Amino acid sequence: MSALNDLLNLDLFDYTDKIIAEYIWIGGSGIDMRSKARTLRGPVTDPAKLPKWNYDGSSTDQAPGHDSEVILYPQAVFRDPFRRGSNILVMCDAYTPAGEPIPTNKRFNAAKVFSDPHVVAEEPWYGIEQEYTLLQKDVQWPIGWPVGGFPGPQGPYYCGVGADKAFGRDIVDAHYKACLYAGINISGINGEVMPGQWEFQVGPAVGISAADQVWVARYILERITEIAGVVLTFDPKPIKGDWNGAGAHTNYSTKSMREHGGLNVIKKAIEKLGLRHKHHIAAYGEGNERRLTGRHETADINTFSWGVANRGASIRVGRDTEKDGKGYFEDRRPASNMDPYVVTSMIAETTILLKP
Amino acid sequence: MAQIMAPTIQCQMRITKNSLTASPMTAKTWSSLLLKQKKSGNTKSLSKFRVYALKSENSTINRLENLLNLDVTPYTDKIIAEYIWIGGSGIDLRSKSRTISRPVEHPSELPKWNYDGSSTGQAPGEDSEVILYPQAIFKDPFRGGNNILVICDTYTPAGEPIPTNKRARAAEIFSNQKVINEVPWYGIEQEYTLMQTNVRWPLGWPVGGYPGPQGPYYCGVGADKSFGRDISDAHYKACLYAGINISGTNGEVMPGQWEYQVGPSVGIEAGDHIWCSRYLLERITEQIGVVLTLDPKPIEGDWNGAGCHTNYSTKSMREEGGFEVIKKAILNLSLRHKEHISAYGEGNERRLTGKHETASINTFSWGVANRGCSIRVGRDTEKQGKGYLEDRRPASNMDPYIVTSLLAETTLLWEPTLEAEALAAQKLSLKV
Repeated sequence: MSALNDLLNLDLFDYTDKIIAEYIWIGGSGIDMRSKARTLRGPVTDPAKLPKWNYDGSSTDQAPGHDSEVILYPQAVFRDPFRRGSNILVMCDAYTPAGEPIPTNKRFNAAKVFSDPHVVAEEPWYGIEQEYTLLQKDVQWPIGWPVGGFPGPQGPYYCGVGADKAFGRDIVDAHYKACLYAGINISGINGEVMPGQWEFQVGPAVGISAADQVWVARYILERITEIAGVVLTFDPKPIKGDWNGAGAHTNYSTKSMREHGGLNVIKKAIEKLGLRHKHHIAAYGEGNERRLTGRHETADINTFSWGVANRGASIRVGRDTEKDGKGYFEDRRPASNMDPYVVTSMIAETTILLKP
Repeated sequence: MAQIMAPTIQCQMRITKNSLTASPMTAKTWSSLLLKQKKSGNTKSLSKFRVYALKSENSTINRLENLLNLDVTPYTDKIIAEYIWIGGSGIDLRSKSRTISRPVEHPSELPKWNYDGSSTGQAPGEDSEVILYPQAIFKDPFRGGNNILVICDTYTPAGEPIPTNKRARAAEIFSNQKVINEVPWYGIEQEYTLMQTNVRWPLGWPVGGYPGPQGPYYCGVGADKSFGRDISDAHYKACLYAGINISGTNGEVMPGQWEYQVGPSVGIEAGDHIWCSRYLLERITEQIGVVLTLDPKPIEGDWNGAGCHTNYSTKSMREEGGFEVIKKAILNLSLRHKEHISAYGEGNERRLTGKHETASINTFSWGVANRGCSIRVGRDTEKQGKGYLEDRRPASNMDPYIVTSLLAETTLLWEPTLEAEALAAQKLSLKV
């Protein structure tokens, strides 16, 4: 028992200058994460200094068997909280050998949007509230719920504490420190309204970095639940009935919104979002129609609405922003299984680049 | 039976070298503790805390512990602040955390925050923001390092305390000059009961039956007499680490019931320390898989209830001639018995029956060393002619902000009419 622990925690610093780099990418479903590791001469903190790599795309539904190589381009580096030392996690995106982004690579397009000079000038900030549900391993039922039955109705669980109200806190707390260690800009956590459901927030992060950090935070979370023997799901409505769904509310602001007179810029931006509601909804996560019903603190999927401090609207503007005349707004529509590259770049595109 | 009681999780903590003294904790004393925490370099990973997360399965190592105990101070200045508040029922605690850019020493350095009041019964859905104002900081015994717990109270966006915010009114009373001059001290004896998880039955009790009658359990020791000591002990050290002024602990008369005491604390600190200690207790029972209840009469019949006796003294009571001041205070309290009782905790009528070391809820009485009275004065106090009094009426689920401020108000700020005073003096045979 102890020997395995010692090996896992072995600090290689005095023995070699080699490091282990875990290359991470998104698989064929758009929500499954994959990773594999390689040895490199270290230490390395700049993704540009890391070599490209490749993997078997035919095993992840991303390439045919007779032409299966998919190339990995390193895009962002974080410290590895599991291996520690100088070892790293590397967030990558996926290309054909000819250098074209493969269809499931949503980062490529987002990078284009975020390097547009108009977008760069506006310095878009994102704060993403990632909700998720923990399930028992052998039955697809949330942790803490009696198998074959239900817990007491929602009420006591939001930010709750106690063995009958909070299920799985160790996972959440371990994840918080692991993300801080890794260098992810995790800004907070809380227990959610449905028992066994939690949320963490990443941000404020600028441009494409927001999405890189959310994906790596998701990876770290799945590694931790793997250790804990619990199943992670980002399904937007894991349990039917009078139980909250899971979202990924995206808070957003630009330079103009954060300055004097920003509230008007915000209102104009919300108008533009209203004109493109269907376009956004189609890209905000699979299965969202099961979640956006108009109940359980959501707005109905077919209606676009906004309001101050209104949790039943598509877009919510905080009281502080209203009072100060500047600030940010919250898009409450994205589902927990949304792709942050898509959501963040689409919001920037619609509010900054789109001319009505 | 003992094996079931021994939790699968243990909390081992080592207190830092700068242990606290017995005097009330002030922000200054706490900050000197914090400064001593500054790290230098990254030596071997010594965590002062080992919180064992989950059971190990099939002899594989639980790597969650390493992450839970991770000391991030060599890698970042950031700290985690757990904001804690009281929910809509007045007794449920809620909390969520946020990252703060560097260690802080005073609550005024922390930002206000907000939460979804519609999920805690404290605001409607279409106007759901409730604002959190940081009021007191404690060290976080679960996360270690420079991480903190923050006791908050709750306001509307317009700056008004929401109806369930009892701290705001208490703060007003404790900043009254008359009250400040009298330096009110509080020692609060918090009782609580531990319940098994899937059945609502106390820890250590056979499901479908009862343990032997009360007698052997008070301060008892042994697997057939003491149930859940690990929780009480872990909580004791966690509170000391956090900076809570915990002064003692003991097993109670009913098996599965425990008590700890917080004090002496000055003014509003008493309330802050009790609420934070309750939070720590609920976090510890959560980890161990046992349910905490502060219900004042968890089991009907010949079983003790749970109270929150509040010991109280003012400067005048502690000085020469203090006993007379105490008697005058008891007089005032006797004339406001109904107001106090209605604010001393929900369900108290099930507990204050006149049996099981309580006074009947409808009668006000006092006595020296008498545990069947509303107010008890210790033999020491009587002998020395000065000291303190013990209000035995509050239930375990009382709100300490309300109880402590009401005691100060009734004894320092309120005056009865002369006739009422004379009548009461006669009734209680008090010469004042």
